[in-house]
Amino acid sequence: MAAETPAAPTSSIRPEGAQRSLEERGNAPVVAPANDPNSMANSVRDAAMAAALTFVLGFFFLGVRSDFAPGGLALEFRWGLLFIAVAIIFVARLLLNIFVFRTTKPLTQRMGSTFKGVGAGGGLGKWLGRALFAFALVLPFFFTSFFPGQSRQYIDLAILIMTYIMLGWGLNIVVGLAGLLDLGYVAFYAVGAYSFALLAQYFDIGFWMALPLAGLLAAFWGIILGFPVLRLRGDYLAIVTLAFGEIIRVVLLNWYEFTGGPDGISGIPKPTLFGLEFKRGEGGFADFFGIPFDNIHRFIFLYYIIFVLAIVTNLVTLRLRKMPVGRAWEALREDEIACRSLGINTTNTKLTAFALGAMFGGLAGSFFATRQGFISPESFTFLESAIILAIVVLGGLGSQIGVVIASVVMIGGIEMLRNLGFLSQVFGPGFEPTQYRMLIFGVAMVLIMVWKPRGLVSTREPTAVLKEKKRIGADMVAQGEGH
Amino acid sequence: MEYFVQQLINGLTLGSIYGLIAIGYTMVYGIIGMINFAHGDIFMVGSFIALATFLILTTVFGFVFLPVILLIVLIVAMLFTSAWGWTVERLAYRPLRGSFRLAPLITAIGMSIVLQNFVQVTQGARNKPIPPQIQGGVTIMEGVTENGPIAVQLSYMQMIIIVTTLVLMIGFTLLINRTPLGRAQRACEQDRKMAALLGVNVDRTISLTFVMGAALASVAGLMFLLLYGVIDFYIGFLAGVKAFTAAVLGGIGSLPGAMLGGLLIGLIEVFWSGYFTIEYKDVAAFSILAIVLIFLPSGLLGKPEVEKV
Repeated sequence: MAAETPAAPTSSIRPEGAQRSLEERGNAPVVAPANDPNSMANSVRDAAMAAALTFVLGFFFLGVRSDFAPGGLALEFRWGLLFIAVAIIFVARLLLNIFVFRTTKPLTQRMGSTFKGVGAGGGLGKWLGRALFAFALVLPFFFTSFFPGQSRQYIDLAILIMTYIMLGWGLNIVVGLAGLLDLGYVAFYAVGAYSFALLAQYFDIGFWMALPLAGLLAAFWGIILGFPVLRLRGDYLAIVTLAFGEIIRVVLLNWYEFTGGPDGISGIPKPTLFGLEFKRGEGGFADFFGIPFDNIHRFIFLYYIIFVLAIVTNLVTLRLRKMPVGRAWEALREDEIACRSLGINTTNTKLTAFALGAMFGGLAGSFFATRQGFISPESFTFLESAIILAIVVLGGLGSQIGVVIASVVMIGGIEMLRNLGFLSQVFGPGFEPTQYRMLIFGVAMVLIMVWKPRGLVSTREPTAVLKEKKRIGADMVAQGEGH
Repeated sequence: MEYFVQQLINGLTLGSIYGLIAIGYTMVYGIIGMINFAHGDIFMVGSFIALATFLILTTVFGFVFLPVILLIVLIVAMLFTSAWGWTVERLAYRPLRGSFRLAPLITAIGMSIVLQNFVQVTQGARNKPIPPQIQGGVTIMEGVTENGPIAVQLSYMQMIIIVTTLVLMIGFTLLINRTPLGRAQRACEQDRKMAALLGVNVDRTISLTFVMGAALASVAGLMFLLLYGVIDFYIGFLAGVKAFTAAVLGGIGSLPGAMLGGLLIGLIEVFWSGYFTIEYKDVAAFSILAIVLIFLPSGLLGKPEVEKV
């Protein structure tokens, strides 16, 4: 096997590793070393080690389960499950070893070269974007005409994905463009949602009035929370924003008189179309246009609201990138010290990024409130921030189309698990695929990141160009590393 | 005064637990400069392993002598949690070493989600209570307040926690300062490339750092289980954030700093709940985190970072 080609799979080796392996090899002939790491025996040994590790890791979790019983916790032993897991890991690792890790011709490389043309083409990103936009534009009608039975479910999913796309685009301003790592973005989402809910509750203000107010309030909070962290960068900034996000959530949870605490706020008004409500009977949307009432109208309307909001977010971002403030953001991301020595006001630059990102988060938040009709602090946990950040990073920081792809893959993929009810016939009646949602989400997050650390979209559009536009590799772009 | 002393003891106990977790954060940050977000969940995994071992020993093997049980639980939890720590590093962080800095942070968050949900799926979402194991204590102070007599209790549980932490800390300091492993670790912390050039196996040293952090976190997990008597799959997040706060407060990268920070955070939390409101105790911890990072980024015992252009 090894004698075929001496060339090592260079693509997967980092410079450090390549250097080391070169040192280890020395001047010895590359072909057929005495102990070939790619030999079958070594692959099997490696797989056996992985299986043994699985046994150790799974012993107390897969093999043993503590459950309530009269007189305290009782143990239940599930050795079958443990051994199935060990066997799966052994076989999977062995196959991976044979075909990917321990071979001179990894399968992934061959697959990679087959698909090389895809995504690398200059115009493709643009066309993909246009195609997605066109599809998104007609999406509700696509589903109502082709899947009339499940259209409501699909449009609801599309609304959810679109909300995450908008949040991703909003966060992309802060993280992708300005390079400020924000782990507390959900705070602004919460501020937007609660602003609208409280305005509606105390002042009886409708959705369209409250929307700009919620955006302004969120932007205001973005500035307030942005001020103290101006000096921080990188990981520290991430942790402080996480802390702020949690503080806001804990305050919402405990300020019972004002926010309703854990009970949340219910009865949030639905949006109207120029005063037309989506209700049955006299004066409703269906009545006004003389069409039969259908609940789906409201979902289609909600879809278009979030669609327009998301598109506005995208357009504003794209325009701002070309304006001085957007260029200042990107300069700040690349090198703060150089930025300052060129006379850019870094304080204002950072604050505008925080404020704008927060504003879009707030707008998405009030949309979330009106869609749900009920909000509680439960919806604004750290996990939500992590999901939004994961979407931005997995899509490729600073890439607008990447956010869309990542949202569809991660959120859509996760929600698709709900439709896997048939699996319970395979795994027994107790099998509930939805409880594995977040587990699979986490695994996907780790795998995609390890596979493509720069995100799914690995090229970036340059902002300023001379004569012609060339795509640049994502590696060339700094990513808020704070140096 | 008596109330104050009582809160002081409680705070020190809680702070010991935070300190043990904080060491894992501070070591990992010191050596590879990343926030190991999954560390809080390693602590949670450790407490679940401790619980399962405890149940196996008491119900299957019928052990009754508590010190032996606890000793075995401690050793088993440390060993098995170390395996978890090693695996997390191997799967999620090592492939990204040398990549840009956000990448391991994202995989760390991903790993945190994975661990939480793995435990939730395999062990159930309900919390797991065990009856209090170590009861009793000594009264060290008595007094009278306007609300009636008050006695300051130092329970055996608290003594065990504080003493175990002290012993571990001393052993650990010796390990870092006196052994070849500790020397390799300090070398990697100063300059990874140079350490590699001088023959230190950097990957192995980093792995061992994670293993040690996980082992200490599992001790904290066992203590948490014994102290509160109830655990669930979500305890890792808050404990992790507070322990990270402790590490930052003490000066990230500094081991005595982590312990000091842990004790301070424990004390602040307990005093805040004791004298102000219990609802906002987490806000207190988070605010301290923000304030320290903003005004004292190098912490109490940390070295100030010099920015080179």
